[in-house]
Formats: sequence, C-alpha cells, structure tokens
Amino acid sequence: MPRRVRYRELDWFLLGLVLLVAALGLLEIYSTTVNHPRFANMHVRQLSWMGLGLLVMLVVARLDYHTLLDQAPLIYIATLGGLVAVLFLGREMFGARRWLEVGGFTFQVSEVAKWSIIVVLAKFLGELRSETLTWKDMAKVAVLAGVPIVLIAAQPDLGTALTLVPIAATGVFLAGLRWKHAAALVLMAVLLLPVGWFLLRPYQRERVLAFANPGHSPQGSGYQTMQSKIAVGSGAFWGKGMGKGSQNQLGFIPVRHAEFIVAAYAEEQGFAGVLLALGLYLTLLLRLLHNAETAADRSGALLVTGVFSLLAFHLLVNVGMVLGWMPVTGIPLPLMSYGGSATLSTFMMLGLVMSVRMRRFVNL
Amino acid sequence: MDLHAEPRLPSPRLALLRYGIAAVVVLLLVGFWQLQVVRSDYYANLAERNRIRTLPLMAPRGLLQDREGRTLVDHVPTFSVILIREHIGGIQDSLPAIARGLNVEPAALQARLDEFKEAPPYQPIVLKDPATLADIAFIEAHRIDLPELELLLMYRRRYPPGGFGAHLFGYVGETTPEEIAAAGYQLGDLVGKMGLERHYNSILMGANGERRVIVDSRGKEVDKLDQKKPVPGRPIRLTLDYDVQLAAEQALAGRQGAVVALDPRTGDILAMVSHPGFDPTLFATRIPPEQWRALTEDPAKPLLNRVIQAQLAPGSVFKIVVATAALEEGLFDRPFTVYCPGWANHYGRTFRCWVPQGHGLVNPHRAIVESCDVFFYQVGRQLGIERIARYARLFGLGSATGVDLPSEAGGLIPSPEWKQRVQKQPWYDGETISVAIGQGPIMVTPLQLAYAVGGIASGGVFARPRLLLEPETPPQIHRVSLKPETVAFLTDALWGVVNENGTGTAARLPEIDVAGKTGTAQLVGFDTLRRVGGRPTRTLVENAWFVGLAPRRNPEIVVVVLLEHGEHGASAAPLARDVIKAYYDKKNRGGARQLAGLPSAASPEKN
Repeated sequence: MPRRVRYRELDWFLLGLVLLVAALGLLEIYSTTVNHPRFANMHVRQLSWMGLGLLVMLVVARLDYHTLLDQAPLIYIATLGGLVAVLFLGREMFGARRWLEVGGFTFQVSEVAKWSIIVVLAKFLGELRSETLTWKDMAKVAVLAGVPIVLIAAQPDLGTALTLVPIAATGVFLAGLRWKHAAALVLMAVLLLPVGWFLLRPYQRERVLAFANPGHSPQGSGYQTMQSKIAVGSGAFWGKGMGKGSQNQLGFIPVRHAEFIVAAYAEEQGFAGVLLALGLYLTLLLRLLHNAETAADRSGALLVTGVFSLLAFHLLVNVGMVLGWMPVTGIPLPLMSYGGSATLSTFMMLGLVMSVRMRRFVNL
Repeated sequence: MDLHAEPRLPSPRLALLRYGIAAVVVLLLVGFWQLQVVRSDYYANLAERNRIRTLPLMAPRGLLQDREGRTLVDHVPTFSVILIREHIGGIQDSLPAIARGLNVEPAALQARLDEFKEAPPYQPIVLKDPATLADIAFIEAHRIDLPELELLLMYRRRYPPGGFGAHLFGYVGETTPEEIAAAGYQLGDLVGKMGLERHYNSILMGANGERRVIVDSRGKEVDKLDQKKPVPGRPIRLTLDYDVQLAAEQALAGRQGAVVALDPRTGDILAMVSHPGFDPTLFATRIPPEQWRALTEDPAKPLLNRVIQAQLAPGSVFKIVVATAALEEGLFDRPFTVYCPGWANHYGRTFRCWVPQGHGLVNPHRAIVESCDVFFYQVGRQLGIERIARYARLFGLGSATGVDLPSEAGGLIPSPEWKQRVQKQPWYDGETISVAIGQGPIMVTPLQLAYAVGGIASGGVFARPRLLLEPETPPQIHRVSLKPETVAFLTDALWGVVNENGTGTAARLPEIDVAGKTGTAQLVGFDTLRRVGGRPTRTLVENAWFVGLAPRRNPEIVVVVLLEHGEHGASAAPLARDVIKAYYDKKNRGGARQLAGLPSAASPEKN
C-alpha cells in the first residue's frame, strides 16, 4: 500500500527552475500589457493562475500516480466523451468549437486531453512486459492516441492535435520501438504527407503556404512572422530594455503576451536574455529526463517523459514559429505565455512529475 | 507479480533524448544568434521603418503679383487623400473599400497605384485631390481598419477665373518621369508646366518639409518625433499691370488673337493676352483625358500663347522697318515720291495696292499714313532683300526676344541664302516686293513686333521684354544707332496714321499722343486663292495687326494687337486704343486700385 510522502521530498530544483522561467514570462507579460488599457492587469491575472497552478501541482503531487494509472480507462473514456461533446455542444469561437462550458467556466477539453493521453499511454506502455514492441502493440498505441487526435483535429485545432503525436512517439521510442519499425514508420509518414495536404482546411493550407513563402500573404501569417523576426532581430545582443521594444509596445508583434511572447522578450532582453531563458528551459527539460531515469517504475518514467515530450514539442514549435522556422500556430510556450488553461494544465503535468519524483524510492 | 522483473526504460534511449533536446535548444540559439547578432542592423532598420511614419508637409507655391503688388495667382488650402504604403504589406484587399469610400472607380485607383509602383515605399501617393467633406469623414471614420489612408494638407493653386492671364501664368501639374530625371523632382511633385509657372518654377516651388511621427501597428499616431518645416515658395512680382491687362482681356474678349503691351524704356510687359484661352484651374488637379484632348485638338489652338508663339506675316506693320531702313540708307535724303495708280509692275509681275483706285502721288510721310503698297514696292526694290533683312534682324525680328517665358518662337526673316539653304531654290526678285509690305515668307511674333517698333520709336534703344519686376536691375538694352531725323520722321508719320485720317484713326484718343501703324496680312496669297478657285472664306482671309504707341516721342507704352481673321488692320486699332487709354487712366489717377479677390475678366471693375 502506498505510504504517505512528505512535501519535503518535492523536486525543489525543478520547482526553482519552473518558477524562474515563469517569472521571466510574467515580467514580459507585464511589459507587453502594462501600457495597454485593454490588457490591464494581465500580469496580475497570470500571477493568480500560476498561484492556482502551484496549488493544483501540490494536490496532484500528493496523489499517488498509480491511482491515476489505475483509473486510466475511465480517464480515457471521459476524455473521449468530452471531446465528442465539444464537437456538438462546444462554444463556437473564431470558426472552431474548442471550448466547453461547465458551470459558468469555459475550458478547453483538448488541454485536458494532452494530460489524459500521457496517463493512458504511460499505463499501456508501462505494463508491456517485453523489451521491444510488436506491430500489434504499436497498432494499439496508434488507436489510443489516434482517436483523440482525430477528434481534436476535427474541432478544428490541428496545432493541439499534433502535440499528442510526440507524446506517443516518445513513449513508443522509450518503450522499445525497434529501429527497423522506426524506419518503416518514418517512410510511411513521408508517403502520407501529400494525403495530409488534402485533409487540411483552406486556412490551414494558407498558413503552410505563407510559411513556405512569407511574401505570399504579408497581411496574414507571413506578416506576423516578419514582424516577429523584426522584433527578435532588432533586439540585438543586449535588447532594447524592459518596456522599450517598439515592435512590442506599438503592437507590431501579434499576440505578444501569449503565443509570441518570446518575440517580445527577445526584443527587450536581447540575445543575452534569450540565452538565459533557453538555458533555464533546457535545464528544466534535462531535469525531467533525470526524473524519468530515477522513477520507481516504468509507468512513472513514461509519465515524466510524456510531460517532457509535450513541453519540448511546445518549445520547438513555439520558438521555431517566433524565428520564422515553423508555421504560425496557436501553440503557446508553457510557463511563459499568458493563458489560464495552459498554465493550469502545465502545472498539473508538473504535479504528475512531482508525484513520480516523490515516490522514486518507493516500491509497491 | 515479480515487480523487479519489470523492464526499465532503456538508458541509451533516454540519453539520446537528452542529446536531442540539447541539440534542439542549441539550434534555436543559433537561430536567435543569426537574427540578433549577425543581422541585427538589418532588423533594427526595419523596426525603425515600422514605427516611424514620414508625412510630407507641403510647401505652398509662391504668389504671382502684378507690379503694384496685387495678387493675381494664389492658393487655397485643401486636403488630399494620400495612401501610405510603408509597412502596409498588401493593400489589394482594402482597395474595393477605399474605392467605394472615396467614390472613385476601382480601375482608376489601381491605375494610380501602378503609376507609383517604382516609387520608394516611404513616399505616399495622392489618391484624391481635393478631398471632399465626405472623403474626410470617411477617412476619419475608418482610421482603425484603413490606417493606410491619411489626409494631407495641400495648397491648391488658384488662378483668376475666366482664363484671365492663363497663357502668361501657365499651370502646374504632376512631374513626368523625364522631369524627375532631369531636375531631381520627386514623383508626385507639382511643378510648373507652362508659362511663368514653368519658367520660374524653382523660385515658386519651395521645398516640402516632413513630419515624422511614431505610429503603432494600426497606423495610429502615438507620438511626434520631429519635423522639418516646409520652405514656402517665394512670391514673384510681375511687370504686369492689372489695369492694363484687364483692358487687354476685355478688348479681346470673344475674338481670336493676341494683345501685348510693354514699356519700351524698360522692356516691362504690362499686358499679355492670347485668345482663345483656357482655364488653368482645370490643371490644378489631374485633368481628365477628354478635356485634355479637347484642348489639344481644338483647331483654334487655345493652349498656344499667340503673343510669343504665333508666327505670322506682319503685313503693313513691316513698312515701319522698311521705312527705317530707307531713311537710314539715305533713300529719302532727296525728294522721293512714287505715283500710285493702284498697282505696279515689278519684274514682270503686277502687284496691287490695297486701295484699288490708287493713292496718286505719294511722299514717304503719306505713304506710311495711308499705307501705300505701291510706294513700298518701289522702296523695297531699291533697298533689295539683303538690306531689308539686315535691318529687320537688327531690330530683333525673326528671332526670339529672350522674354522670361518658355517656348518662345523665333519667326523668320527670309533671305536668298535662307531660301537656297532651306528650299533649295534661288531667290526671286519678285519675292522682295512682297516682303517689302510684310507679305511672303516672313514670320514674326506679336512680341517681336512690339520689341522692334518700341525700339525704333525709342531712338534705337531696344529693351528686352521681361515679366519679372526688378526695379534694381537695369533693363537689358540693345542699342542700334539710328539717326535722330529718322526717328523723328518715323514717329511723326506713325502719329499721322492715327491722327491725320490715316488707316489707324480708330486708335485716336483725345489729349493723348497716340501713334501707330495698321497691318493686314494675307494668310494665303490672293493669287493662290484665285488659282484654287476658292472664295475668300474666313479662315483664308487676313490677319489684322495694329501697333500703337504713346506718346509719340520716347514712348512709354507700345501695344501690339493681332486679330486673326480680322479682315483689316483698322479693326485692330480700337483694341490698342482701349489698352493705351487704360494705361493713361491709371497713370492720371495716380495709384492702383486694390483688388478684393482674384481678378476676373468676366467681372470687370469699371472706373
């Protein structure tokens, strides 16, 4: 039976890194919004989300992750139910149904889905009793991850749907994917790419085109990418100083407090600031891998690597977008971008990591 | 269940993830390094261009004033709709909305944009000028969604209504690519295209300033940066006298021709009118193509400034030159009379006098007063073409006077050498006879005639005509040595033309010493007319000339009147009389009347 763990066992190093990154984000949110009455007090709101997030993290950390793993089927079914409900009952905003209203709160079911998939895959892959995966195992993983991916993509929210892919990929990789199979999968993905193009919606194709050719639509996402690059580049090595970035303050950076916060940050804090932030982020991610290695069991380790791959994917896609290497999507940078659901969700996942970490010496 | 048998996650694969994520972060850092260190100057420049919007501050053009300081051409402030293209990537999407809002054709708008395709992006384009109240309201209401539209305060040129002084003032228009290459103007600049506007463009134009403001991403101005004040164009004081100009405008109203009045002592042009005219205000904005075509294709040539561009045979006015030559060459030193039976035979051809029954026995004085052709045939024959041409050229005929206006025509004084060179034919002696009465291949402009006659009457002092009033700078004088007796004889004869029942009696004014000479020039020779079997239709008949001057000795004013299809020189005389009268009326009144607004030929102020 699980014995009680103490908060003394928390991963204080990880928590410190998390708070440092979050503090950098909070400062930049302050800088991007303080001069704009429309966004007044956003930093205060973000701070309260983070406070709430910390509470959630502590609660989740306290929870034995095995209890969660045991509930995996239920969690999975509930998540699918939620995603289906969104498609029919969700609130429509900007031409997509992504939000579900429950008791006056609106929340994004897909955010919860990320979390559920991590748990479900950790459960499934953790219980496999072999060193390598068979085609049959992989097919099961494909179905488990595929159904929510398709449901989310149908909202449509391709960006969030794609975040589930690296979770599954990392899980499969660590659980013993055979190199031969990996090669076959990659080949298959490449062959399926053109098929994917026809499944894209016009606005999605537009974005991909704009990404491939920024001059194609200067008003749209190409323009956003350009403005983001101008912000980053004009920040130079030392940055323009807090609250002094013209690209940021005059509103040339799109959604500068959320998705493009790194652009605003890079403009005002320069390469030096970027070095600090990315350094902290890398340390944080490496710490997660360390926690995976020290986990008490396979499922716990897979929980942590799931969180790792999710955060790493967000980092790559979000920062890549700021640099103009990735198409413009709504994927935020966890811990830095403004956003209630995303903040809560990130802290909830960190709670999972904490839960695994605190029980690393405990054997069932 | 053997818990320890559970396979752990493979360490090598975890290590691979470690390296992988480190590589990703390093890659991202390389990307930041590229943007923030390697290319930071480039992006810093783009960021500056983003936040700074440069708006032109238009310089008003200099005023045109008459010699008394009365404003003849000014400007009114208007708003123009301009399009700012900087950091507005594609305006194609908003084009239909702009076209609808400004009430212009989308195609016209597109054409306007294409015109400025090559212009640097920081330079705004004038889309509509002037903006109506509705346009201004539209722009103010759409500042958020159409931030690329801006209102620009401009100074729109305002000319006197009714085409008053149109040829003289000229008009302004947008620069052409050729002018930009030659003079360094900017695309969209308004520059003088004709007349004084063109000749004195560098004085009148001034230099636009600019205002730099900080704008946000919607183009909304958030702060001012700095500004460079525009340098207004300098005003120009003209030699023109509004009172005299008004009289000339009114005298010529409804007729085709030209009037020029100048002060032969200084060369100051007091009045200059050419009819038919045009309204320069049409050009103040972009002139519609159909109106432009109507102006350029009108057979009456309304854009032609006849005073300096009409090259016509001077007719009997030329007798002044021939008489001067004869006097200077001593032809009249001995008594010189010719019997005029109404015709004469020279070189085997019959030449008629304009009075069919003849003048009888005429001396030089009467020959001028009554404009006897037969007398001058004889004089011309004795002088020969070479001497006639030499004197004519000495007096400035057949070449541009150098007046401060663009595109002045030169005219032509024929000579055997010219005919051999241009027409590859020898000179026929009979042509000399025609030239002696100002017919044949001889072409002068009204301004040349005013210059020549004014110079002769002033005793050989020829002052170059000018329009810029410069009391400090002495007039440009060209001296021709003439015997005092020549000048006295000639001016007496010209006085006789007006005051001794001569051909110019209609120019007579009580108490004013008016002298003058009529002229009638055939557009097509009568012989030719008879040959083609045509009847004298209006376009084929004659131009009427009158040169008037006052006073007889040391004249203060010379007036040349040209009436196209005017039948006879006598019909031009009353016009000169009116202009001279206006000059004296003002002089005797001892002061210029003030003008309430811009002058107009249509609303004359009666004294």
